[in-house]
Amino acid sequence: MHVDEAAVRRMARLARIKVTDAEASALQAELSAILDWIRQLEEVDTSNVAPMTRVVDTALKMRQDEVTDGDMCEAILRNAPMHERRFFVVPKVIE
Amino acid sequence: MSELTRLTLAAARDGLRAGKFSATELAAAFNDAIVAGNRTLNAFVLPTPERALAMARASERRLARGEARPLEGLPLGIKDLYCTKDVRTTACSRILEGFIPTYESTVTQNLWDCGAVLLGKLNNDEFAMGSSTETSCFGPTVNPWRRRESNRPLVPGGSSGGSAAAVAADLCLGATATDTGGSIRQPAAVTGTVGIKPTYGRCSRWGIVAFASSLDQAGPIAKTVRDAAILLRHMASADAKDSTSLDLPVPDYEAAVGGSIKGLRVGVPQQYRIAGMAQEIEDLWQSGIRWLEAGGASVTHVSLPHTKYALPAYYIVAPAECSSNLARYDGVRYGLRKPGSDVIDSYETTRAAGFGPEVRRRVLIGTYVLSAGYYDAYYIKAQKVRTLVKRDFDEVFRHVDVLLTPTTPGPAFGIGEVSGDPLQMYLNDVFTVTVNMAGLPGISVPAGLSREGTPLGLQLIGRPLDEETLFRAGQVIEDAAGRLTAPQRWWA
Repeated sequence: MHVDEAAVRRMARLARIKVTDAEASALQAELSAILDWIRQLEEVDTSNVAPMTRVVDTALKMRQDEVTDGDMCEAILRNAPMHERRFFVVPKVIE
Repeated sequence: MSELTRLTLAAARDGLRAGKFSATELAAAFNDAIVAGNRTLNAFVLPTPERALAMARASERRLARGEARPLEGLPLGIKDLYCTKDVRTTACSRILEGFIPTYESTVTQNLWDCGAVLLGKLNNDEFAMGSSTETSCFGPTVNPWRRRESNRPLVPGGSSGGSAAAVAADLCLGATATDTGGSIRQPAAVTGTVGIKPTYGRCSRWGIVAFASSLDQAGPIAKTVRDAAILLRHMASADAKDSTSLDLPVPDYEAAVGGSIKGLRVGVPQQYRIAGMAQEIEDLWQSGIRWLEAGGASVTHVSLPHTKYALPAYYIVAPAECSSNLARYDGVRYGLRKPGSDVIDSYETTRAAGFGPEVRRRVLIGTYVLSAGYYDAYYIKAQKVRTLVKRDFDEVFRHVDVLLTPTTPGPAFGIGEVSGDPLQMYLNDVFTVTVNMAGLPGISVPAGLSREGTPLGLQLIGRPLDEETLFRAGQVIEDAAGRLTAPQRWWA
């Protein structure tokens, strides 16, 4: 599966990872090789097969919709690279 | 007191209760061993000697009062993927530089509640992505095993290479690890240790840094089958904080060890005999068959037709899930932050600086296979193949009780020998990923040495929630093969 540089840049944008020109070029080759290898799945007839959504046959657990946790602002902010009062601080969003 | 570090976990447990030595002596012996050997092996990324001694002192008081809990005073290493409260946890990635969790993972909390002692955090491939521990931001761990007449450093496998190496080198009594595509079983196999990945949902994933949520499982790496059984019993639990955790009681796995395998029906899947497989792997497999037959089991050949498609399907599903799980690392709430011209630029720069090449590769593949236009062709297709892989196992388990396969296609390779070729590296998982894809339990038990004198393991795969059969059959292999211990302690 040939993945071109434009596709690599598009994926890098979606994944929010900055990629230099040199990296994009190397990634294009690597990702193409991997995606090529993955294509052997096309040999498998999956026309009447449902996708697997869980490995063990159990229903998702439910719980009462009530607040049982929280009020731990200090702990939540403790590892923040930058914070002010009760907020995480980030560079501004440019529209 | 260095002989204390050579004890199995079970023997140390019994020795402490009998008063043969104290918990602080035991912890100190391991602290010393880590000081002596870790610079060379790089198994621990963060030793915690003072904490170990403090925990050991508390254990000593309990032992003296006759209030010993199941793992009282037993020193363990913890893979750096597990959040340990107030102890730095990084997933061996630069992007979690300096992260100090304010909470404890459920699995490690279970261990501390049983009285275990924390020796430190163990090295792994970054975000558990790898089969050699070479992608760790802390550098590779060196396998305590060497090829005969060679000083060349070998990999300890991955991603739980630090865990496996530490156990094999007697730097801890046992270790926690995780397995998404083989990351407990493969390192165990190439270091001569025992590693078990339990049924999906058996152990809680809460507080373990997520890689691929439908595949990740916690499990122990230990010196013996009995030790692994003891550890798994106390790691496993039902957990309301993990909605995929199974609400079922945990059996006393240690009680299964030593049980008879008379009448056990063992299946040997023909598709695991891959073209070009080394003769020594084939020979090891035949030995395993003979040992199980000698124990009273019957062995038949079975077919798992979709085996070869499990690996490419895994390399769609796992990257897809990881691209989602790693989206949270953006420098806002924790970890590394690099400045940017605006918030998006900050995310992009932070993530580029924080993620290593393998992680970046997998996040990009995952993003690609989940993107509009490709989702059906890749991700849905892979999930359908996954259903077929599971169905093969369900069918086979109607006629046999357990499957026997090699764990890896070969012994430990040299550091740097394979890291330049991602696809080549992925092939190390060929015998193990099927088990994660189907959610089944799998154990690797040391079974013999390669031509080069390095360990090889055999894998047993069981029905969901039948870890007991794995421990029972695993013990038979261990009894026949004997324990493998590195011939020379060159690292200390």
